[in-house]
Amino acid sequence: MSRVKPKPKVVRTSLAKVPTGIQGLDEITGGGLPKGRVTLVCGRAGSGKSLLGMEFLVHGAVEYGEPGVCMNFEETEEKLTANVASLGFDLRDLTKRKKLLVDYVFIERSQIAETGEYNLDGLFIRLAEAVKAVKAKRVVLDSIEALFSGIVDSAILRSELSRLFRWLEDQKLTAIVTGEAGINTLTRHGLEEYVADCVISLDHRVTEQISTRRLRVVKYRGTSHGTDEYPFLIDEDGISVVPITSLVLTHKALTDRVSTGIASLDEMMEGKGFFRGSSVLVTGTAGTGKSSLAANFTSAVCARGEKCLYFTFEESPSQILRNMRSVGLNLEPWMKKGLLHFNAMRPTSTGLEGHLAVIHRLISQVRPSVVVIDPITNLVSASGSYDIKSMLVRLVDFLKMQQITSMFTNLTFAGDPQERTAAAVSSLMDTWIVLRDSKPNGRPRRELYVLKSRGMAHSREARELIVSKKGLELGIVLKDHLPASAGNVPN
Amino acid sequence: MEKSSTKKSSAAKTVARKSVAKKSSAKTGASDFYRLRLYIAGQTPNSIAAITNLKKICEEKLKGKYRIEVVDLLVKPQLAKGDQIIAIPTLVRRLPPPVKRIIGNLSKTESVLVGLDLQPAR
Repeated sequence: MSRVKPKPKVVRTSLAKVPTGIQGLDEITGGGLPKGRVTLVCGRAGSGKSLLGMEFLVHGAVEYGEPGVCMNFEETEEKLTANVASLGFDLRDLTKRKKLLVDYVFIERSQIAETGEYNLDGLFIRLAEAVKAVKAKRVVLDSIEALFSGIVDSAILRSELSRLFRWLEDQKLTAIVTGEAGINTLTRHGLEEYVADCVISLDHRVTEQISTRRLRVVKYRGTSHGTDEYPFLIDEDGISVVPITSLVLTHKALTDRVSTGIASLDEMMEGKGFFRGSSVLVTGTAGTGKSSLAANFTSAVCARGEKCLYFTFEESPSQILRNMRSVGLNLEPWMKKGLLHFNAMRPTSTGLEGHLAVIHRLISQVRPSVVVIDPITNLVSASGSYDIKSMLVRLVDFLKMQQITSMFTNLTFAGDPQERTAAAVSSLMDTWIVLRDSKPNGRPRRELYVLKSRGMAHSREARELIVSKKGLELGIVLKDHLPASAGNVPN
Repeated sequence: MEKSSTKKSSAAKTVARKSVAKKSSAKTGASDFYRLRLYIAGQTPNSIAAITNLKKICEEKLKGKYRIEVVDLLVKPQLAKGDQIIAIPTLVRRLPPPVKRIIGNLSKTESVLVGLDLQPAR
C-alpha cells in the first residue's frame, strides 16, 4: 500500500451547457441544460412543464441566438401562441423571423388501425424538416407521451423513442421532452428510462389551502447540482426559480458600516452602526417601536441615496406612512424619488416559498442596498408545516450573497421575551436588538438594548428609547436594567 | 412542390392538383371511388411490402374504382405535416369520407379491410 503515490491529476472538463434563460434555473444547474443532450421535464398536469419548454425556446431564440422547434402533441400552434402571448412572448413574430417553429402533431387513436410492421419515420422526417427550416439548435417535444395513446404497439414505440433520443443527440440538438408524472414513477410511461443526462421534476402542491410550485433537479449527469426542491413562481414574466440554499458559506463579510438612523444607537455599536450586508433582528412586544425603528433605519438609508425594499405583512404602505409621520418621519419623498419601495402582502396570500419567490424577484428588480421585513412573525402563519427557519436561512443567505443589509422585526409576547421564533432565527442574525416595555416606579417606558452584534464591541447597556414627534432617540443608560441571562441566548 | 403545401391547406392543394382524377371520379360516382395515399420513406422492406399488399387488396376488392398515390417522404418531407403522418408506412383513405388512417405494412389483410370499411369489424 503506497500512500505516497501522487494523487492523479483530475482533469475537470466541465460539461458544456446551454442556458435556459429562466431566472434561477441556470443558477441551480450551474449554467443550464446539458448541451446536445435530452432533458426530461416531468410533472403533473398544470405543473408548468410546457411553459418551461416554451421559455427555453423563446429565450434561446431571443437572447442566445439559438433557433428552436417545438413539436407539440397537445396544443395547436394557434392555441399555444395565444397561451404564451399572456407572458409577453410573441411566437408569431419569432415564427415569421424563422427563429422558432411550432409543429402541432395530431394523434387520434380512432383513426389508426395497425396492420403490420411500421416505424415512426414520419415523425423523424417532420422533426428533421422543422429543424432544417429554422436551423434549430433547441428542440422541445411536448408531450411525447401522447404517442402512447396513438401507437398501440408499445414495443415499437419504445424502440422508436430511444432511436429518437439518439437521433436528437446525433444532431447535437439540446432538447427538452416533457412527461406526465406517474403514480410511483417520474413519468407515466417511464420516459426517464431513455433520458440519462438530466431529469427535472416539477410539482404543484396545495397544503392548507396554500399552493406552492416546486422544482427539483432529480439528476444531472456530470454536474454537481442543488438537490433541494426549489420554489418557483409563474407570473406575468414567466417562470422564476428561487435558488435558495447556496451549498457553501462563501459570502464576503464587508467591513464598512451602515448607520442605524439613530445617532445614539450608532454610538452603542462602536459609533458606526451595523455592518453592511449583515442581518439585523429587532424583537419586541407589541407597541415597543419595532416598526418605528425599521422605518427610521429605512429613512436614513434613503437619505444617503440608497435604495430600500420594505416588505410589510401587517400594514398597508399608506398606513405605515401615516404612522411614521406621527413620529416625525416623512417617508413619502423617498417613495417618490424611487428610493423606497413598499411591498405589502397578506401572509396567507401564498405559501412561504411563494413569499420567498416574490421577495427574491423584487430584490432582483429593485436591487436595493437594504431590505426590511416587517414583521417575520406573520410569515409563521403562512408556514404551515414547513419550517420557517429553513426559509429564513435561505433568505438571509441570499441577502448576504447580494451584500444587502437586512432588518427583520419580530413580535414577541410579554412574559416570554425570547419567544420561540426569535430563538429559532436569532442564530442567523448578526445583530439582535431587543425592545421592551417596563414600568419602573409606575412610569411606562420603552427600553432598547443590543443583545448581540457579531464582530464588534457593542454596548451591553440598556437605554430608554424615546419615541416622539421629533423622531427616535435614545435616553440615558438605565442603571436598573437587568440584562437577559446569557444562558438562554443562542449566539 | 410549392412551399404552401406545407401548410394546413395542403389537402385542398392536392385535390386541386389532381383535378383530372376528380373529374373522372365524378363520372364513376364519387361515393364508391377510393382515393388512397400511401406514405412511405424510401424503399424499405416495409414500404415495398405495403405497396405490394395494397395493390393486391385493391385489385381484389376495388377493381376499377380506386386510385393509389404513393408519397415518399424522403423526396417530399414537407408533405408529412399536412396529413399528420407519424408512422411509416401510413395509408390515408382520402375518399370516400371520412378520412381514415391506417398504419403498418398492410400485411394483415383483414385489419386493412376493416380499416378501409370494406369489411365490418368482427
